[in-house]
Amino acid sequence: MDIIRNDTKIDFMGRRKIALLFSAVLILVSIGSLVTRGLEFGLDFTGGTLIEVNYPEAPDLGDVRGALDLAGYTDYTVQTFGTSRDIVVRLPADQAAEAGADISTQVLDALSESAAGIEMRRVEFVGPQVGEELAEQGGLAMLYALAGILLYVSFRFQWRFAVGAVAALVHDVLIVVGMISLFRINFDLTVVAALLAVVGYSLNDTIVVYDRLRENFRIKRKGTAIELTNLSINQMLSRTVMTSMTTLLVLIALFYFGGEIIHAFAYTLIVGVIVGTYSSIFVASNAAILLGVSKQDLMPVVKEGEDQPDTEVLPARFRNN
Amino acid sequence: MNRYPAWKYLVLIAVLVIGAIYAAPNLFGDDPSVQVSSARGFELDPALTEVAADVLGEQEIAPRDTTFEPERLLLRFGDPEQQLRAADALREGLGDAYVVALNLAPATPGWLEALGAEPMVLGLDLQGGVHFLMEVDMDAARSARLEAFVDDIRNLLRDERIRYRSVRREGETLVAELRTPEDRDEALAQITGELPELELEAADGVETFNIRATVLPEVMVEMQQTALQQNITTLRNRVNELGVAEPIIQQQGADRIVVQLPGVQDTAEAKRILGATATLEYRAVDEENDPFEAQRTGRIPPRSQLFFDREGTPILLSRSKIATGDELLNAAAGFDQTSGSPMVSVTLDGGAARRMLNFTTENVGNRMAVVFIERRPETRIVDGEEVREMREVQEVISVAVVREPFGRRFQTTGLDGAREASQLALLLRAGALAAPVEIIEERTVGPSLGRDNIDQGFRSVIIGFCLVLVLMAIYYRVFGLVANLALTVNLVLIVAMLSMLGATLTLPGIAGIVLTVGMAVDANVLIFERIKEELRLGNSPQSSIRAGYEKAFSTIADANVTTLIAALVLFMFGTGPVKGFAVTLSIGIVTSMFTAIFGTRGVVNLIYGRKKKLAALSI
Repeated sequence: MDIIRNDTKIDFMGRRKIALLFSAVLILVSIGSLVTRGLEFGLDFTGGTLIEVNYPEAPDLGDVRGALDLAGYTDYTVQTFGTSRDIVVRLPADQAAEAGADISTQVLDALSESAAGIEMRRVEFVGPQVGEELAEQGGLAMLYALAGILLYVSFRFQWRFAVGAVAALVHDVLIVVGMISLFRINFDLTVVAALLAVVGYSLNDTIVVYDRLRENFRIKRKGTAIELTNLSINQMLSRTVMTSMTTLLVLIALFYFGGEIIHAFAYTLIVGVIVGTYSSIFVASNAAILLGVSKQDLMPVVKEGEDQPDTEVLPARFRNN
Repeated sequence: MNRYPAWKYLVLIAVLVIGAIYAAPNLFGDDPSVQVSSARGFELDPALTEVAADVLGEQEIAPRDTTFEPERLLLRFGDPEQQLRAADALREGLGDAYVVALNLAPATPGWLEALGAEPMVLGLDLQGGVHFLMEVDMDAARSARLEAFVDDIRNLLRDERIRYRSVRREGETLVAELRTPEDRDEALAQITGELPELELEAADGVETFNIRATVLPEVMVEMQQTALQQNITTLRNRVNELGVAEPIIQQQGADRIVVQLPGVQDTAEAKRILGATATLEYRAVDEENDPFEAQRTGRIPPRSQLFFDREGTPILLSRSKIATGDELLNAAAGFDQTSGSPMVSVTLDGGAARRMLNFTTENVGNRMAVVFIERRPETRIVDGEEVREMREVQEVISVAVVREPFGRRFQTTGLDGAREASQLALLLRAGALAAPVEIIEERTVGPSLGRDNIDQGFRSVIIGFCLVLVLMAIYYRVFGLVANLALTVNLVLIVAMLSMLGATLTLPGIAGIVLTVGMAVDANVLIFERIKEELRLGNSPQSSIRAGYEKAFSTIADANVTTLIAALVLFMFGTGPVKGFAVTLSIGIVTSMFTAIFGTRGVVNLIYGRKKKLAALSI
């Protein structure tokens, strides 16, 4: 059974100008949203207090606010979380400055006084010093991951491919972060983890196409870089689609059944997998070609006394030219 | 022909069996159990097993199983009702010296346990509980230590009758101003002898003769480490009082402590107890009156106070204190250099040292006692309702004869073994003034959310897993079923690895497993697509299988190594839950390489490898 025939001949590279335009628009929208709306940084980075409580019956948000006003809190937000019976109260870091970690207890007391039978689901308190550290660590992690990948791909392929791969990654991360900003997803630690997983995934896709490209560059005698790139992408198309489908399936399961806490994580990955699949087809190879990848770049250097290059090792029946 | 040599199948079977064994404990669930440990963090006496059995015997409760470890005694029960009754009986019967906590002990069968197989540890987000990150205020600890040195120098100069203008702290340095060069040299010599922790330098002022002293860096580092350790010890004692079954108290970085209390929901209570302090007092023993007489008649001499030691033996102590916990700088267990017997060496600060010297000079041959005072939370049942209150507990932990006059440093000997020495040192340190700590991060998950997280996490793994199985079976038919087998084994191996490593399973960790399931099939997709391609080129099924596996390998390796890089970076930089995600993702990548390449090839070889005339593949 083939959903996508293995011998498709879609002219991906012929549409690269359109793809370029599409990517440019997405990136502009992302940057625009990041500049104008910014990110809704979660508690992990801003510091502050979050209290999730469960009411026996859906409470009136006005009443909840009233109870908090009465207790003397000013700069808080009250939202439902998942169901109308789950309420999340967020307090900024400066409100916690005096009370420290006790603020969660005080808020819980204030809420318990206003309504009977409420149950504490979750309390998170992050001091400002911790928030700064986590933000720094998150940023550093992203940079180190990109640098490590750049090195590995340069070592296994060639620097043009590495630059292409990293261009695709930056493209993906930028667009995913843009979508997080656009749809006002809470940007917390799990989202950073998801972004790194997106980096891993998108790269996975890119490497698979590059690998085929390298093989084709080595064994095909005819064909320009663009033709061979097209061929490679087409050869890998059914795999790309199949793997994206299985991954999306589990992510959708996670999104719908994994609970509210994992929502932002699953959302980030779903957007990331879609963008990553697109970018491995249109962006990564495109960038490598724009940088002038040629057959010579990938021909193994024949040294004396070394094994023969792949071209000779492959039995004739494996070659399809 | 596609055949595996026998050893490859042996490797496959071995991995499968080991994986199954170490994943198995997760299937057995928990036993309701009661855990008894020392309220002070001491090692337990093996005789406790029988004491507990007697206590339970009286109530006619029979534990299903009893395990003794030096840190805890674990009693398993058939049902939660028995567990609760047993816990009440033990609390009543064993008294204050022990903490009785409800626990859920893994019901791993003995033969699995003998192999070292244990179930995965569930993170706080899955079982509910409190996570605190506490920071020790090192600046405060440093200034307190520097101020103590200022006192020490002043006292030393006074004792040696060296006239000085002033001794003060200037930032990180201590400055002593003296009137004459002779005084300065004398002071220099005295301080060098008495306070080896200081680095001294003569620095004369305009009209004065000064000494500038700085604390040796290694002493400061050691002081900070001690301050941290002391806090950890104190926290451990407090946590014991909370009756938490499996608490985690760990150092993180140079000045932070992680406290994790599974199952605790009352965070207000937890914070109050963790914040409470213990202290201690050195007092003279009243040798003139009979404590038993005083206890019996209730007539306590006016200048004395009645105390009890752990065994309940009464003792009369003077009302005035010689030294208190906040004046105790350090206490360490060790061995006496001359006699080789166990001892505890104690260091006091300047003020206490002077009072101690005065007292001991006049009281050689008399006894001195240490009283340990702490505020302990108590739960009592009053009129059928639980009432929680803090009770101050005073207990004499050491009584010793003064052999000779001493001041700043002294040793307590005559202890009953090294264990008693370390217990006494632990208590002394717990009662000493600890550097202030502050909670800088709190994450509490209520029990209902924990349960929801487990349910939702597992549901999403199972649904995602099944969706992938169905898609693969439809799309790749026989080969798809082979891949599904590999995927199932992969899941078992991930669980086995997590259990073996003692890794903690968190909600993001489950997300990592879900993601791995989606991505693990990638290797098989790559191989199968390649086989299809080879078939389409007109190659024979057998050579297509071989070429498919061989050609796809480097692609799979490259793709997985890059993902692994991202996962490792995440592991290095991530904290807490994010680390859990990185761990499961990394493990999943490694195990999926094994099952998807090595494993499926073995099965494919079994199905197709021996058929000489193979016309088509079900792919």
